Amino acid sequence: MNLKIQEPKELGSPETMAPVDGVVSVATPPPQTSEIRKYLLGRGSSSVADSGFRWLMLLCAVSIFGIVALIATELILRSNLSINKFGLAFFFKQAWDPVNGDYGALPFIFGTLVSSIVALIIAVPLAVGVAVFLTEMCPKVLRGPLSFLTELLAAIPSVVYGLWAVFVLVPLLREDINPFLMKTLGWTGLFAGPNFGLGLLAAGVILAIMILPIISSLTREVMTAVPHTQREAVLALGATRWEMIRMGVLRNARIGIVGAVILGLGRALGETMAVTMVIGSRPEISHSLLALGHSMASVIANEFSEASDDLYRSALIEIGLALFIVTIIVNAFARLLVWAVTRGAPARAS
Amino acid sequence: MGVGIEVKSLNAWYGSNHTLQDINLHIPANQATALIGPSGCGKSTFVRCLNRMHETNPIGKVTGTVRMGDTDVYGDASPVEIRRRVGMVFQRPNPFPTMSIYDNVASGLRLNGFRNRRVLDEVVERSLISAALWDEVKADLKKKSGASLSGGQQQRLCIARALAVDPEVLLMDEPASALDPVSTAKIEDLIFQLKSQYTIVIVTHNMQQAARVAERTGFFLNGKLVEFDSTHKIFTNPGDKRTEDYITGRFG
Amino acid sequence: MASQYKTSAANRIWRTTANHLASGLAILSTILVIAPLVAIFIYLLYKGASSLNLAFFTQIPKPVGENGGGMANAIVGSGILLIISSLLGVPIGIAAGIFLAEFGRGTRLANMVRFTADVLNGVPSIVMGIAVYSLIVLPQKHFSALAGGVALGIMMIPTITRTTEEMLLMVPNAVREAALGLGVPNWRSVLSITLRTASPGVITGCMLAFARIAGETAPLIFTVLGNQFWSVNLDQPIAALPLQIYVYAISPYDEWHRLAWAGALVLIVLIVVSVSLVRYVTTRGVLKGAS
Repeated sequence: MNLKIQEPKELGSPETMAPVDGVVSVATPPPQTSEIRKYLLGRGSSSVADSGFRWLMLLCAVSIFGIVALIATELILRSNLSINKFGLAFFFKQAWDPVNGDYGALPFIFGTLVSSIVALIIAVPLAVGVAVFLTEMCPKVLRGPLSFLTELLAAIPSVVYGLWAVFVLVPLLREDINPFLMKTLGWTGLFAGPNFGLGLLAAGVILAIMILPIISSLTREVMTAVPHTQREAVLALGATRWEMIRMGVLRNARIGIVGAVILGLGRALGETMAVTMVIGSRPEISHSLLALGHSMASVIANEFSEASDDLYRSALIEIGLALFIVTIIVNAFARLLVWAVTRGAPARAS
Repeated sequence: MGVGIEVKSLNAWYGSNHTLQDINLHIPANQATALIGPSGCGKSTFVRCLNRMHETNPIGKVTGTVRMGDTDVYGDASPVEIRRRVGMVFQRPNPFPTMSIYDNVASGLRLNGFRNRRVLDEVVERSLISAALWDEVKADLKKKSGASLSGGQQQRLCIARALAVDPEVLLMDEPASALDPVSTAKIEDLIFQLKSQYTIVIVTHNMQQAARVAERTGFFLNGKLVEFDSTHKIFTNPGDKRTEDYITGRFG
Repeated sequence: MASQYKTSAANRIWRTTANHLASGLAILSTILVIAPLVAIFIYLLYKGASSLNLAFFTQIPKPVGENGGGMANAIVGSGILLIISSLLGVPIGIAAGIFLAEFGRGTRLANMVRFTADVLNGVPSIVMGIAVYSLIVLPQKHFSALAGGVALGIMMIPTITRTTEEMLLMVPNAVREAALGLGVPNWRSVLSITLRTASPGVITGCMLAFARIAGETAPLIFTVLGNQFWSVNLDQPIAALPLQIYVYAISPYDEWHRLAWAGALVLIVLIVVSVSLVRYVTTRGVLKGAS
């Protein structure tokens, strides 16, 4: 039979081929090898250990569900007293009278919502602006340091922000910014009344600074997830850079950006220390942003240690329960949106 | 000393893909057996069925019998016990990146609880000698990390690591395909030296390699074992036309 | 709609202007964002550095009205809380991460765990504090360092779980296969080989978690209460740096304000160092061998 392959030099039985110099051959196995074989054969099956290990890891993973359930249970348990006494009306009542045991959470809900909305109004445009700058316009050299700086901004603890807010931001508001706002925008009714510097506006501003990094970094993530082909397609039509960003990137990342904003909202709703230090701690509802107010988180922080009777504590814990449920819903919704855009790749837990 | 492997009615699946169909063969002890065939013919899957690596894939499934010496591979013994008796060298060298050369070679023993320092030292030295790597690395065994070696050296390190546990069978899945010709030659010489002690099964794309090192050769095509015979016969006078077509280069 | 694509001069000028405007706004926002950060840092450095002295690190607070003193007990207290919380949070977090990466990859359960971890991450820390208060402080009828450690430990778990999973997924499968092929038991392979290969990344994940909880105040209000004196008793209220800063900041005494600034500076320095280290490790690819 004619084979046209390139036949190897010595095509015969491989045993007849000579080994290359320098390769030491080991002819007979030394005694240790049977010792090793014996040892390994005696090791037995590891299926019990493997199985046990897997169960242990599973247990720890499932414990995360357990933790959430535990928190929920404890909160519901301890707020029972207040739930039974006030019912659903608790959230629509504007009362806070520890002396007479009458509690209503409306002022705090109001304060939380207003300060969070103010924070979003200030933070979202800025955050998106920063994100756009860093992803589309920033010279590569600056990108690293600038994103590092925004990461640092996110890492600063709430209490430090609060400290700075009390001694720097509040006087700034009181002396310079609030009078200016009262003069120019006082006709809206939003900037009226006594000016302490503290209040809903102060809380909104410091919240804005605090949620900015989250919104910004998540927006950057969803923007970078938009494939380059989208950008190129718009540019090929003769668009300016801004138009490319608007139509090629932002439009596609829309859903994710909404998710990022909602996540920022979630963070703002639960923010405690900085808000407590500047909001004024007065359970009142007012039309002015300069008025002192209170938020759900800050009333708990402020008054918990003084809560002398069970009903008082229970009312506070019920507010905590409401906060828990709201932030869970908001966060879950936001994560779903972000996930939908970045397709579930394990994103950095900011 | 190596053992022979008897395979009967072996079938394997990847999900719904019937990768291996009714394979029957006997791999003789203390010889090198080569498995050749075009890409996707199932030869790698076959080899991975011999040491129960195929089932580590969640959609992998195996039926049939594999007997290694006296042991039913898919019988009572656990996969871990089987794999301790079978060494495997993969297509791409995969030394443990965080470990030194010494630790890499000793890992099979250490991670199974073996502690005797003196014996470990001897085993490491002997394995590296058998893998023709000792002279090149004996100076900094414990200082150099496994990943800092060249490709050919890494693969020989992986061979040493496999040899250190004194396996009865050595499976090699295209061990030289990612390497340069010089390293390839060195590895082929190695196989030559080793087969007197171990039963070697080598999957290869390179027919000349099969002709150089193996006593017997099997030709796989589309999940079936088409022909299994002495290497000499396969390459000079193959019985099946498909075998002839493959080795003369008409496809694959 | 041809009118939309007018290429008249006016239209072009408008589009160019819009482009420049957008660029300008983006740059402006960046400046507006970076400015408060820089301002905060500089102010902190200025106020804090002038208040920092050796006494700060070695002495406990003096009674009201007296000058001097320090936050030594708070620093030690925070350290103790960090240790307790790590004992709880690190093993569970890493184990959960191992499950997600090595056993549950792609399964529905794993997706649910990951999602829940993210959601848990967003729960306000004050709510965590209330829950632990209810769980530990009320039955025990006293505040304790232990309760604080538990609250902080629980807060660590989601972060550590996610980063551990991320890092484990980066270990190439070839490494796992090599271990399996050697006949190494699966549990041993996961711990001694896969986890070990990913360990630089896992450790930085833990550091990130530490940095985050080091500054947490709200949960401590309900669990450790704070302590003006030296205490290392796990069963008693303990001082903690962020808590002390808060109490001093809202007090009417200037001397305590000074201490608050110093404490804030210490806290910030610790956090900046941690975040920088984390960034260094993850961006410079010091993840050795995770080729």
